[in-house]
Amino acid sequence: MKANVHFREVLNNGTGYYGLSALLGAIVLIGLGAAYFMEHNGHFVTGMNNEIVWGMPHVFAVFLIVAASGALNVASIGSVFGKSQYKPLAPLSGLLAIALLAGGLAVLVLDLGHPDRLIVAMTYYNFKSIFAWNVMLYTGFMAVVVVYLWMMMERKMNKYTKPAGFFAFIWRLALTTGTGSIFGFIVAREAYDAAIMAPMFVIMSFSFGLAAYILVLMASFEWTERELGDKILYRLKNLLGIFVGAVLYFVLAYHLTNLYAAEHHSVERFILLDGGIYTKLFWIGQILIGGLIPLAMLYHPTLGKSRAVIGWACALVILGGMAQMYVIIIGGQAFPLVLFPGMEVSSSFADGIVASYTPKLPEYLLGIGGVAIALLLVTIAVKVLRFLPESLADAIVDPHTASDAKGTAKKAA
Amino acid sequence: MTHKSEINSSRRQFLNGSAIAAGLAIAPGVMLHQVAQAKPADQAVTSDKRWGMLIDTNKCSKGCDTCVRGCQTENGWGENETKSGPNQVAQWIRKVELRDTSTGFTKSLPLMCQHCEHPPCVDVCPTGASFKRADGIVLVDKHICIGCRYCMMACPYKARSFIHEDLQDQLPVAPRGKGTVESCTLCVHRVDKDGENAIPACAEACNAEGHEAFVFGDLKNPNSRISQELAKHGGTQIRADLGLNVGIRYRGI
Repeated sequence: MKANVHFREVLNNGTGYYGLSALLGAIVLIGLGAAYFMEHNGHFVTGMNNEIVWGMPHVFAVFLIVAASGALNVASIGSVFGKSQYKPLAPLSGLLAIALLAGGLAVLVLDLGHPDRLIVAMTYYNFKSIFAWNVMLYTGFMAVVVVYLWMMMERKMNKYTKPAGFFAFIWRLALTTGTGSIFGFIVAREAYDAAIMAPMFVIMSFSFGLAAYILVLMASFEWTERELGDKILYRLKNLLGIFVGAVLYFVLAYHLTNLYAAEHHSVERFILLDGGIYTKLFWIGQILIGGLIPLAMLYHPTLGKSRAVIGWACALVILGGMAQMYVIIIGGQAFPLVLFPGMEVSSSFADGIVASYTPKLPEYLLGIGGVAIALLLVTIAVKVLRFLPESLADAIVDPHTASDAKGTAKKAA
Repeated sequence: MTHKSEINSSRRQFLNGSAIAAGLAIAPGVMLHQVAQAKPADQAVTSDKRWGMLIDTNKCSKGCDTCVRGCQTENGWGENETKSGPNQVAQWIRKVELRDTSTGFTKSLPLMCQHCEHPPCVDVCPTGASFKRADGIVLVDKHICIGCRYCMMACPYKARSFIHEDLQDQLPVAPRGKGTVESCTLCVHRVDKDGENAIPACAEACNAEGHEAFVFGDLKNPNSRISQELAKHGGTQIRADLGLNVGIRYRGI
């Protein structure tokens, strides 16, 4: 006996749904207003300068893009790795991937010096540039996931779900590798120029994407009063714990390797010891809040079973992920270029000193606007199409072990 | 009503005459256009030459920024960014002061776009706006620069600047434009006009003050002054370890 998983659109017509949409819509509008303000006046209204050329908007944008490719993981586990319990989760996974990517790309494009020249970026390509490849990988990913969703959601195409899922899986690995390579390919900067950046970004995507997915899943089920069984939720949270641990491992490998080379001692000292805000964000934000505390929460024998704790652990992973992005993107730029090793350098163009950067309000608003775009897209889509399963109760998810300690199998809502 | 078989000869003559007159009117233009296309000024730049500079830092002194001011005057930067913060204003060329921490030895030198043979900025530009001319000068195509600033991330010399505000009174030789990236052009407008006799504004200003620290010329011509001086005194590249084979060489560092 196989329990059929039914998908249903969100049918609530209450103030809660429209209130959420209105709130997200307002945040999106504010973000767009901030983008217009930046574009109209020029970037002097931001905290970005000639030393820190990528700032808060890019921290948000890269985080959203990395999380987007990771959000697709849940669907891949179902289609590519054949774990049938994950299959009901797949449509929401694909939707979230598209939504997060759209949000990230919106922020990236709106921060350009010439967002009006987007068509130029889509027609003139320098194929030696990883950015040019990323333009194609990002837009292609949207198309690939749309096709994947189509295969999943239309019954007579279901037999193509597995090959479409496989293709999407490979594509998202290429995409995240491309995103990490943006930094990995930069030879000039001490903190970048490392082959590990690409796989580290892949692992980060696993962690951030799954944390975002779990939060969206929990919230959407809670607010539409659908049942989310413990079985599937615990599987997801244990998986998140593995990914958080894996990220810590990659960070360890990156820094240990750098510490071994005298050439990199000064930048390591900067990040790990006397970089001020960057050191604080690394140890407290990235390692503690983003790594060790969520690990403890997720794997704790009793706390790890509480929904609130799981939700908070996901939120901490996301916060720690943002801190990690800040350290990588901003910290990597703040550390001065070493043109004359062994020399003290000074100039009128901030040579030889740690660059300073204070993000200004328009940058925050644009970044948060991108998050709101992603969440608004999910909110609208789950109402219009059948992305959410009616129920993920234990009996539905895994019917073979339906009789649990509590006795009765739970009915579908 | 005219019979269709009757040919209106006066109408035919008029049309013939008009066609001949029109052809005669256009023909000189067609001929001149062909002649104009043969003019060498329209020819593409070739890799027969490679423009470079040799800077003798022994002639540079701390606090002297004549070269910087010469570039500012020539290319129209330094004064007209009134809203940008101090770290946001553009700098095409700057003086860098060095001090060896172990010996106390000090040095002063000008630093600008190094016009690399293998420019990282060109590699990373997604649209190809950052490009290297056949004669070695690295430039930004202001028509297709989208202002992503990836080239600024990639440049090992921090040579590039981003324009953070609307600019007034731009000079025709150096279109700048809010939202795009810029850097030293090796005074390409002077190079295209004067060729071997060209001298970039920084070098010209330095010479005018009598310091004569700059030598500009064709690196591929063994008889040019720059090639002869490089052969005699040598020249160091900043960050030679990156293997970029830059066009700007220094003496005394």
